[in-house]
Amino acid sequence: MSIGHTLLGLLESGPRHGYDLKRAFDEKFGHDRPLHYGQVYSTMSRLLKNGLVEVDGIEAGGGPERKRYAITEAGITDVERWLATPEKPEPYLQSTLYTKVVLALLTSRDAADILDTQRSEHLRSMRILTDRKRKGDLADQLICDHALFHLEADLRWLELTAARLDKLREAVIR
Amino acid sequence: MTTPIPPGSLLTAQDLRKAYGPTTALDGAAFSIHPGEVVAVMGPSGSGKSTLLHCLAGIVTPDSGSITYNGRELTTMSDGERSALRRSEFGFVFQFGQLVPELTCVENVALPLRLSGTSRKEAERAALTWMERLEVDDVRAKRPGEVSGGQGQRVAVARALVTGPRVLFADEPTGALDSLNGERVMELLTDAARSSNAAVVLVTHEARVAAYSDREVVVRDGKSRDMERVV
Amino acid sequence: MSGRTSGTQWARDLAMGTRFAFSGGREGWIRALLTAVGVGLGVALLLLTTALPGALAERDRRGDARLDYTYSAETPEKADDTLVISDLDTDYRDQEVRGRLVQPEGDKAPLPPGLREYPAPGEMVVSPALKELLDSDGGRLLRERLPYDVVGTIGEQGLIGSRELAYYAGVDDLAPHIDNALTARIDAFGNPNPMEQETDPVLVLLVLVVFVVLLMPVAVFIAAAVRFGGERRDRRLAALRLVGSDSRMTRRIAAGEALAGALLGLVFGTGFFLAGREAAASVEVFGISVFPSYLNPSPLLALLVAVAVPAAAVLVTLFALRGVVIEPLGVVRTARPARRRLWWRLLLPLAGVGLLLPMIGQGRDGGDFNQYLVVSGVMCLLVGITALLPWIVEAVVARLGAGSLSWQLAVRRLQLSSGAAARMVNGIAVAVAGAIALQMLFAGVDGDYTKSTGYDTTRAQMQMQVPEGTDMASTAAKFEKTKGVREVYALSEGYLADEPWKDEPERGAQLTIGGCSALREVAKLPRCEDGDVFTVSGGEYDTDTPALSKPGRKLYLETTVPGGDRGEDVVWTLPKILTPADSVDDPTGSKRGGFLMTPASVPPAVEREVRGQLYLALDESVPDAREHVRNTAAEIDPMSQPMTWSATERSERFDSIRTGLFAGAVAVLALIGASLLVSQLEQLRERRKLLSALVAFGTRRRTLSLSVLWQTAIPIGLGLLLAATVGTTLGTVLLRMTSTPVTVDWTSVLQMTGIGAGVVLAVTLLSLPPLLRMMRPDGLRTE
Repeated sequence: MSIGHTLLGLLESGPRHGYDLKRAFDEKFGHDRPLHYGQVYSTMSRLLKNGLVEVDGIEAGGGPERKRYAITEAGITDVERWLATPEKPEPYLQSTLYTKVVLALLTSRDAADILDTQRSEHLRSMRILTDRKRKGDLADQLICDHALFHLEADLRWLELTAARLDKLREAVIR
Repeated sequence: MTTPIPPGSLLTAQDLRKAYGPTTALDGAAFSIHPGEVVAVMGPSGSGKSTLLHCLAGIVTPDSGSITYNGRELTTMSDGERSALRRSEFGFVFQFGQLVPELTCVENVALPLRLSGTSRKEAERAALTWMERLEVDDVRAKRPGEVSGGQGQRVAVARALVTGPRVLFADEPTGALDSLNGERVMELLTDAARSSNAAVVLVTHEARVAAYSDREVVVRDGKSRDMERVV
Repeated sequence: MSGRTSGTQWARDLAMGTRFAFSGGREGWIRALLTAVGVGLGVALLLLTTALPGALAERDRRGDARLDYTYSAETPEKADDTLVISDLDTDYRDQEVRGRLVQPEGDKAPLPPGLREYPAPGEMVVSPALKELLDSDGGRLLRERLPYDVVGTIGEQGLIGSRELAYYAGVDDLAPHIDNALTARIDAFGNPNPMEQETDPVLVLLVLVVFVVLLMPVAVFIAAAVRFGGERRDRRLAALRLVGSDSRMTRRIAAGEALAGALLGLVFGTGFFLAGREAAASVEVFGISVFPSYLNPSPLLALLVAVAVPAAAVLVTLFALRGVVIEPLGVVRTARPARRRLWWRLLLPLAGVGLLLPMIGQGRDGGDFNQYLVVSGVMCLLVGITALLPWIVEAVVARLGAGSLSWQLAVRRLQLSSGAAARMVNGIAVAVAGAIALQMLFAGVDGDYTKSTGYDTTRAQMQMQVPEGTDMASTAAKFEKTKGVREVYALSEGYLADEPWKDEPERGAQLTIGGCSALREVAKLPRCEDGDVFTVSGGEYDTDTPALSKPGRKLYLETTVPGGDRGEDVVWTLPKILTPADSVDDPTGSKRGGFLMTPASVPPAVEREVRGQLYLALDESVPDAREHVRNTAAEIDPMSQPMTWSATERSERFDSIRTGLFAGAVAVLALIGASLLVSQLEQLRERRKLLSALVAFGTRRRTLSLSVLWQTAIPIGLGLLLAATVGTTLGTVLLRMTSTPVTVDWTSVLQMTGIGAGVVLAVTLLSLPPLLRMMRPDGLRTE
C-alpha cells in the first residue's frame, strides 16, 4: 500500500498541513494503525523532492509541521496513474483496494472503474490458473484451485463493494 | 460513443438501448466477438447482461442501436428471419428449464436439427455423436427428470452445439450446478466450442466460470465496458 | 388413523382446505368460481331431474281435473246442473289451441278448474299465453277465427302449462250438436273413472335413457370440475408437507378444498335452478311448458343431491390423489404408473350390453322393459367409456411414433400424462355417446311413425269434411277463394253394398263422387265428361268391384243418421255405360276401388247421403296458408275441424328434439371445453420458461401452436371415436329392443363428432393468444 499516493490523493481536495493530513488519513484509512507524524513528514519531503507537491505556505516558527502542502499537476497525474493501475492479484489486498476506492470517491473519480480494472486483472490471473489447471495433473489442479478460490473471494468482495459504492460515497464524503 | 467495428469480428453490437417500460435495461451498450472467441459478459444482477445476450441473439429487438452478424444487420430482420438465424447459426444454453421434460435426452438434443427439417433418424444420429463428446450418451433414453443436473446441463450443451452454430449463447449455464459439475460443463463447453471454432457469449456472474473466457465485458447500469480495449 | 385425532382433526383440516380453496388472489377466486359454476350447473340439472317427475304428475293431475268426458255412452238429461260442451281444438301455426265451446244449462252447471264464471254467449275466457298471442300481431289470423270478446283469463289451476293456449267460449246453440263424440252434455269435470294409464314402454325407455344420458356427463363433469387447478393445488399441498403436515392431513386438506368448491357449487346450483325455474314459465319444449310452481324437487331427492354431490367431490379428490405421493419438495406421481389393464375395463361395457341384450326384440307390444335393467345397462355402457378411454388413450399414444416435431412434442407429452388427458375427454365422450344413441333412438322411432302416415303431401296438404247441411259446391268455392289455396279437390264419399244394409250385406265397394279433375286424382281416367261413371280396378282391399260392376245392378248406399239407426235404403242402379279405369294413389296415399261418379250422374238421393271431403292443395309460398284455410273453415262452420296432413309436421317435431339434444350436447361440450381450456392454460403457464427457451432456439410459433392442437386433438379424437362406437352400439341395442329397424343416424354422428372437433379447435384457438404471449422472450428473464 502506497502511503505517498494516499496522501497525494487527500491533498487533491485542497492544501493541508501535515498534521491535517495525518488526521484525515487516520480517520479514513488508519483505523487500527494510525500513522506516525514522522512517516507523514518524511513522505511529504520525498513527494516535495519529486515535484508532486509544493509548499503552499509556511507559518512562523519553521519546522515541517508548519508547512502547508498543495498537490501539483504532476501529483494529480501520479494519483490518477496509481488508481488506474490494478494491483497484482494477491491475497489480502483489500486494504489497498479499499484505499483506492475511498480515494477515488473523495476525489470524485469513478470508483467503479477501479473495481472493473481490478476485476479484469484478477480474471487475467484466473484464466492463467484455469488454463494451467486444465492442462495439469491432479496436484496442479488442487494448487490452482486454492489460488482460484482466493482470487474469487477477492472478486466477490469487489462485486460487493461495487454494489455498495453509493452508500460508501455517502459515508466517506460526510 | 460509437467505436469502430473491430476488423474480423463475427458479431458486433453498437450503442444498444432497450427499455422494459420504465426500466432501462441497456443504455448504450456495445459488444463484439470474433470467431472462436469466448467472451464473458459480467456484471451485477439487473445490470442488463441477459438483455444484452437476448439482443445479440436476436431474441429481443433493441429500441435503438445496431447489431451486425456476419455483415447482416439483425435489427432490421423480420421475426421469421431472426428465428431462422437462431435455428441455423446460433446455439443456446440456459440456466434451467430448457429441456422439454417429456422428450428423452437424445430427442431433446435432436430438437434443433428437427426444427430445421432434418429427418428424425439423422437428427438423432448427429445428436448421439454430440452426446458422446459431452459424455452423456449413456442417458440418451432417459427423460430430463431422470438425470442429474450436471448431466442435464451437458445434454443442453450438446443440444446447443448439435447444429454446428457459429455463436453459442450461454446464460448462466452453471448457475444451478455445484462447482465441480459446473467446471466440467464449462470445460466441455469451451472445448467443444473452440474445436468447432464457434464463438461463445457467456453470461455469468461467477468469476471462476468467467475464467474460462478469453476476455470479459462488464455491463453496469446498461452500459458495457470491454475490459481488454480499455487497458 | 387413531380414534383420538379423528373428529376435531378432520374438521380442522377440512376447514383449512376450505380456506385454501378461496385464497390465492385472483387466480384462486377464478378457480373456485369455475369449479362452483361447473358443479352448480350439474347440481341445477340434478335438481331439475328430481323435480321433473313431480312436475309431470302435477301436470297430469290438472289435466285430469279439467277433463270433459264427451265419450259417455249415456247423455244426462238437461238439468240446472248440466252443461253442453264442445271440443273445438284447433292448430295455430305449429301450436295447439285447446278450445271449448260451453253452454251452461243452469245455475248449478259445473265450472271447469280455473274459471270463476262462464263467459256469456259471444264472449270467451282465455289462457294468459293465448291472450298474449291474440294481442300480438302474430295472432291476427287466430283472432279472425275466434270471434269472441275476451272477458277474462283462465286461472293456473285450469291450465297444464304456462304457455298453453286455451279458451272457453260461451255459445247458446250447442244442444242440437250433441253427438257424444266432440259435443256432449256433462254434469261434472274430471275423469269419471280414472285408471292408471298404460305408458308406452318405448316412451318409458326414451325417458329413462334421456335421464341417464343427460346425467352421466354431468357426473363426469362434476368429477372433473372439482379437479380444476389440480397442479397448482398439488404444489400448495407440497408446501404444506414442507411445513410439517403429514400425508393424511394433506389429503384431508385437499378434500376440504374440493368440499368447499362443491358446497359453493350447491349454492350456485340452487341459484341456477331457482332462476331456471322462473325462466321455465316462458319456455316451451316439445309443446310442453310448466309453471314454476310445478318444479318442486322432491325433498328426499334434493337432500340426496345435497349430500351426494359434496361427498362425491371429496371421494373423487381422494381417489385422484391415490396414485400421487405428496412430498415436501413436490408432488411425485408414481413415476411410471402401473400399465393399465384392459380386462376389467372391458367388463363394464360388456356388462352393459349383457344387461340390455335379453330385452332385444321385446318391442313396443312385448310389454314392459325392466327399468332397472335398462338404466343399469345404459349406465354400464356409458361408464364403460370412462373406464375404457384411459386405456385406449394410453395404448394408442404409446404406439404413436414418427411424425413432425409438433406431433412428437404432443405425443410425448401425452405419453407422460395420458391419464389426465383421458380424464378431460371422458365427459365429452360420454356426452357424445349418449347423444348419438338417443338421436338414433329418436330418429328410428320417429321415422317409424312418419312412414305409417303415408300421405302424399305434394298433392294436397289439408283435408276437410264438408259440414252436414252445407252444400259441397259452395263450400268448395269458398275454399278456392281462400288465400293460400292452390286447388280444391272436392270428392264425396260413400260405401255401396249389394244388398240392403239391414240384411247385413257381405259384399261392397267404395263410391267416390267428384268432378273430372278431382277424380283424376284418384284414378287414371281414359276420358271424362260430366255424367260418366267409372269402375275402378286395382284398389287396395277391394275384391268385390268386378263382381258388382254389372250395368243395371242395384247397389245400396250406407246411410247413417244421428242416434245410430239406419234410415231408408238409398238405392242406386248402375248405368249402362261403365268406363273402366285404373286406380292411382289418391292424396291420402291409398288406392281406391269401387265406383267413380261425375256430378251429373249422381241421383239426388245419393247426393244427400254422401259426405263431402275437400282435399286442399296449398300454395306453400303464401305464409300462414293453413291458418287462412282454418279461418275459412271456422267461418263455414265453427265446429268444423280441418285436418292437416302431417308428414312434414312429424319431421319438424323430430327436428326440435334433435335441436334440443344438439343444444344440450353443445352446452355440455362447451362446459367441458372450458375446463379443458383452464387446464391447458395452467399447463402453459407452468412451461413458460421452457417455451421461451424453445423460442430462443428458433422454434416456429406454428410448431408450438400445432403441438398444442395435437395435444387436445389426439385424446378428443380417440374419445369421439370411442363415443361414436359406443353410441351407435347403444343406439342399435335400443332400437333392437323396440323392434325398430336399425339405421345409423349418420347426420347426428357427424354432427356430434363435429361439435367435439369444434371444441378442440376452440380450445386450441383460445389458448393461442396466451401461448404466443408466453412465447415472448420476457419468459427468459430471470432477474
